Amino acid sequence: MSTPVIEARGLSKRYGPAIAVDALDLTVMKGEVFGLLGPNGAGKTTTILLLLGLTEPTEGSVKVLGRDPLREPLVVKSRVGYLPDAVGFYDHMSAWENLAYTARLAGLEQQDATRRIAAALERVRLPHVAQKRVSTFSRGMRQRLGIADLLVKGCELAILDEPTSGLDPQSTQELLELIGTLAREGMTIVLSSHLLSMVQSVCSRVALFHQGKVGLVGKVSELAGKVLGGSYVIELEAEGCDVPAVARTVEGVSQASRLSNGAVRVDARSDVRGALAAAIVAAGGELKRLSMDRSSLDEVYVRYFEQVDHAA
Amino acid sequence: MRREGSPFKGLSVVAFKEAADHMASPRMHLVMLLVILTAIGSIYGAIGQIKETVGQDPFLFLRLFTTARDPLPSFMAFLGFLLPLIGIALGFDAVNGEYSRRTMSRILSQPIYRDALLAGKFLGALMVIAICLVTLWLMISGMGILLLGLPPSGEEVLRSFAFLLTSLVYSGVWLAASMLFSTLFRAPATSALAALTLWLVLTLFWGMLAPLAAGAFVPIDPFDPSTAVHQAEIAHALARLSPSTLFGEVTLALLNPATRALGIIFYSQLQGAVMGAPLPFGQSAILIWPQLASLIAGMLVVYTIAYLSFQRQEIRA
Repeated sequence: MSTPVIEARGLSKRYGPAIAVDALDLTVMKGEVFGLLGPNGAGKTTTILLLLGLTEPTEGSVKVLGRDPLREPLVVKSRVGYLPDAVGFYDHMSAWENLAYTARLAGLEQQDATRRIAAALERVRLPHVAQKRVSTFSRGMRQRLGIADLLVKGCELAILDEPTSGLDPQSTQELLELIGTLAREGMTIVLSSHLLSMVQSVCSRVALFHQGKVGLVGKVSELAGKVLGGSYVIELEAEGCDVPAVARTVEGVSQASRLSNGAVRVDARSDVRGALAAAIVAAGGELKRLSMDRSSLDEVYVRYFEQVDHAA
Repeated sequence: MRREGSPFKGLSVVAFKEAADHMASPRMHLVMLLVILTAIGSIYGAIGQIKETVGQDPFLFLRLFTTARDPLPSFMAFLGFLLPLIGIALGFDAVNGEYSRRTMSRILSQPIYRDALLAGKFLGALMVIAICLVTLWLMISGMGILLLGLPPSGEEVLRSFAFLLTSLVYSGVWLAASMLFSTLFRAPATSALAALTLWLVLTLFWGMLAPLAAGAFVPIDPFDPSTAVHQAEIAHALARLSPSTLFGEVTLALLNPATRALGIIFYSQLQGAVMGAPLPFGQSAILIWPQLASLIAGMLVVYTIAYLSFQRQEIRA
């Protein structure tokens, strides 16, 4: 957990007057699952291309696995796997042939490649369609085949660009589980997304992108503290008492209001769920639901961009 | 900045994959069907024509390529027309096809340079064209031997092989051109249309445009006969800008050994020449050398432009 896998210093990329990435500083440690989070057009994909050496930075430097991807692109690319946004395969070739092609490009021996491809297809649960043309594959299967591609290469660092975009919930869940397993086996993973829930469920650290800049970097819980200023949002449903009034009497609650769906939203300075429940029961209320789901990355995200937009 | 690692890494992998793709693609099958059908038709016509002709010809085998029988043109003329089409068919979606399939960034994230991808595609397609041309050549030789009962002589084999090589280079020019369009235009349909337009202009209309342009640039002075020569020379030089003119001249000199000069020649220069006497292969080779070299140079220049534009391209998905 100590060696840095990615080190970017003052990385910038300009297309004419338009700034895609603006003086980016980023450090990703070995074994991390790092999330690049931001709205579309915030510079996530450009950052990824800069990391891979597929595009040249206007300014700044980047080191991937201790090497410069511009000077030693082949070494870097042989150790780093990239799963692009909406990955494409050669439709007229079978899944196996597609993997075999990238294995040959990666310079693997025939026998080694055969073994790895079989194992990788097994891992992503596609062995039954190995000989089928990729044109018959669904989006989720293609995405899993993309992961198999990374496994065949045996990369140390996997960069996934929007891996779950356009997937149905079940495929998303499967893919996230797969990513989680890979991370536990020691692969460092960088993934970009605008989906907060997915980033929250797999990432150990997150960088929040905004207009080519990294606004915030840190663990999801730390970010919540930084942006929300230690505020907690609790939603509860109860019957039999005036819930907002009761909630306001609890120590640490700053605000309580009824939402349109009948639930009550409580803003607090600390985690007051226990006290809140006790107060409602003591007031003779019947507690139906009490949750703190939204004091999560979603909130951080929305609040952060609100703050940035206000500042601008 | 110096980059490390060989630009040729992965070249053969890409080339063989591309060749295998082309071999299996319905597009290639269609084009080859067209070429083989026209070949059979024109050779069959040529054989009929040769059988009817009474007279001696030391290069009867080469007549297979050059003899035309109404309404079919000769095989040589057909090939001059269709070879560009093969090149275009194999190259027009080389680069933009990778983008539209969204495979480009995945392939380039493998440990290869962009050089290997483009060069591999070019060599792969060239390999397929070479295989097809050799097949065609063997087929024609077989037809000639079977239907005329005449084996080709050593010199004829040499000349027809040189013709084969020229055909390969000529279609290579068009392959490079269509690959250039495939890097310039993002939609494969646009690049195919652009290549086909260029093909029509250079093979059909260029021959008509060149004299017109020469007439406009260097008008003939009726009191000075040398201006007429000058204009003809200019027209000829302009016509040679088209690879199809160069290809026509090379094949003419190769397959018709009696060809002594490509271009304007004065009567005084022919003094002492035995008209209709064939040149040895070496002399014909000297005659075609500038044309052949220009074709090779054209192929390399167009490929280089495609290479430069591909290297400068942003790889986004």
